[in-house]
Amino acid sequence: MGDALFDMVADWGQLIVEAATNVGHLALFSWNALSWLVSRVPQRDTLLSSFYQIGVRSLPVVALTGTFIGMVLAVQSYYQFSDLGLETRLGAVINMSLVRELGPVLAATMLAGRVGSAMAAELGTMRVTEQIDALTCMGANPIYFLVVPRVLACVILIPSLTIMADFMGVVGGMAYSVYVLNIDQFHYWQNAKDFVSSWDLFYGVLKSVFFGAAIALVSCHRGFCCGVGAEGVGRAATAAFVISFVLILMLDLTVGITLDTVHNYFWPKGTRVF
Amino acid sequence: MQSTHLTNSEGAQLLIEVRDLEVRFATQTVLRGINLAIPSGQTVALIGESGCGKTVLLKSLIGLIKPYQGATFFAGQNLANMPEKQLMAQRRRFGFLFQNAALFDSMTVGQNVAFPLRQARSHVPEAIHQVVLSKLAEVGLPDEVISKKPVELSGGMRKRVGLARALASNPEVLLYDEPTTGLDPIVSDVINELILRTRKHHTATSVVVTHDMRTARKVADRVVMIFPLERLADDEPQIIFDGTPAELERSQDRRVSQFVRGEAGERLMEMRENL
Repeated sequence: MGDALFDMVADWGQLIVEAATNVGHLALFSWNALSWLVSRVPQRDTLLSSFYQIGVRSLPVVALTGTFIGMVLAVQSYYQFSDLGLETRLGAVINMSLVRELGPVLAATMLAGRVGSAMAAELGTMRVTEQIDALTCMGANPIYFLVVPRVLACVILIPSLTIMADFMGVVGGMAYSVYVLNIDQFHYWQNAKDFVSSWDLFYGVLKSVFFGAAIALVSCHRGFCCGVGAEGVGRAATAAFVISFVLILMLDLTVGITLDTVHNYFWPKGTRVF
Repeated sequence: MQSTHLTNSEGAQLLIEVRDLEVRFATQTVLRGINLAIPSGQTVALIGESGCGKTVLLKSLIGLIKPYQGATFFAGQNLANMPEKQLMAQRRRFGFLFQNAALFDSMTVGQNVAFPLRQARSHVPEAIHQVVLSKLAEVGLPDEVISKKPVELSGGMRKRVGLARALASNPEVLLYDEPTTGLDPIVSDVINELILRTRKHHTATSVVVTHDMRTARKVADRVVMIFPLERLADDEPQIIFDGTPAELERSQDRRVSQFVRGEAGERLMEMRENL
């Protein structure tokens, strides 16, 4: 009994130490990446390649997800709202949910799944096959060469992806509401316009910047710390998505509360920023 | 910054020096009490059985692996105390041929070989192309491979491209990690010849990690043998042989002679006991 308790305490202790070490290592890694980001401009070729991989190739999947989530929101909200005779308010609900929450979170989740895992697997393979060591041996800094372009691409392009998800969601929700549920188009848009402000759009886009930075840093960090062999690469790719997803949700809450607090401080309820 | 002696006991100029090096990974000690001084222009073969720490020692020479204790000096300067930018500049004086070549998958052969030149910013783009072609020719590869991706090449060709990349910036020190492992005897001999030719033409200091005795005999001026720590008593040195290839053949140490002749010896007895 005593031994089992001792082992359990030891296991928990080890887990906590490992978690604290990983967090510390990720913080140092992020600081290192940030230092390189501000001290030297990345090479054009590597930056363009990252922009293409992360931005252009993510567009179709983000647009598709946005469209479907807009339509799903219409389907799920319609019956509750129609019972109350408020179906023309669907536009307000769908658009507000999309631009403040679902657009940024879904775009970030798709980016974490499509790009984050790929980045972790690619960098992990480079670690396992000694390509990162080779870079270092040739006097190149791997963080500057491999991490900075990816972080920049994620941070710069995720707002565009979010706006694309928002736009396609709005279009999808409207199309389903107007053409399938036969809601009056004029009132649908009028209500949406009255409820959703530019601040709401800005709020969602600003949150996405934090999501982009978290996805890139976590995924690159997992790739750099990859274990040996194919199993190590697989674990790195999985961990990159899981940690990124958890961080997206945590950031969604904390950044959301912070932005709301700031907004309510400067522009109390009832007034609009823009 | 701490500086070391620049000459050995014979008065030769030292380029690399390892002092009381100890390397650990988590709780496992891989190297302990390693002392090694390599004069400029010498070719040293590091031999020893798999897992004894040869590659770890090789990577320590360029500062890829940080010592737990002790230090590695290059041109009189302690690599561990160097600021990052100075360390990056010093590393450009090295060429490293990795065990599996470690070519960048996302780049073509030409871009791989050009990479150290672009890093050093020592050549204009037109000159870089000429250097890439000449280095590929030096390792016996045709111009056509320049646009191929590493995945399209055979193991031997990848090793040659790796060698061309290591040689591209005419480094002062060349580090080879098991250059002939996984290659057939003929391609192995080609690689050995290339190492010899490189030594002749570039007068570089070389360290070759290998467990291929033909390579050690053929290319080295000096052979250093490392023994796995788990097979040594606490007070025994990890370097069990340091001498010329001829002295290696005459060594009376049973551990050395067994390795040279490729005899399993007491390892077979251990296997039988475990069965």
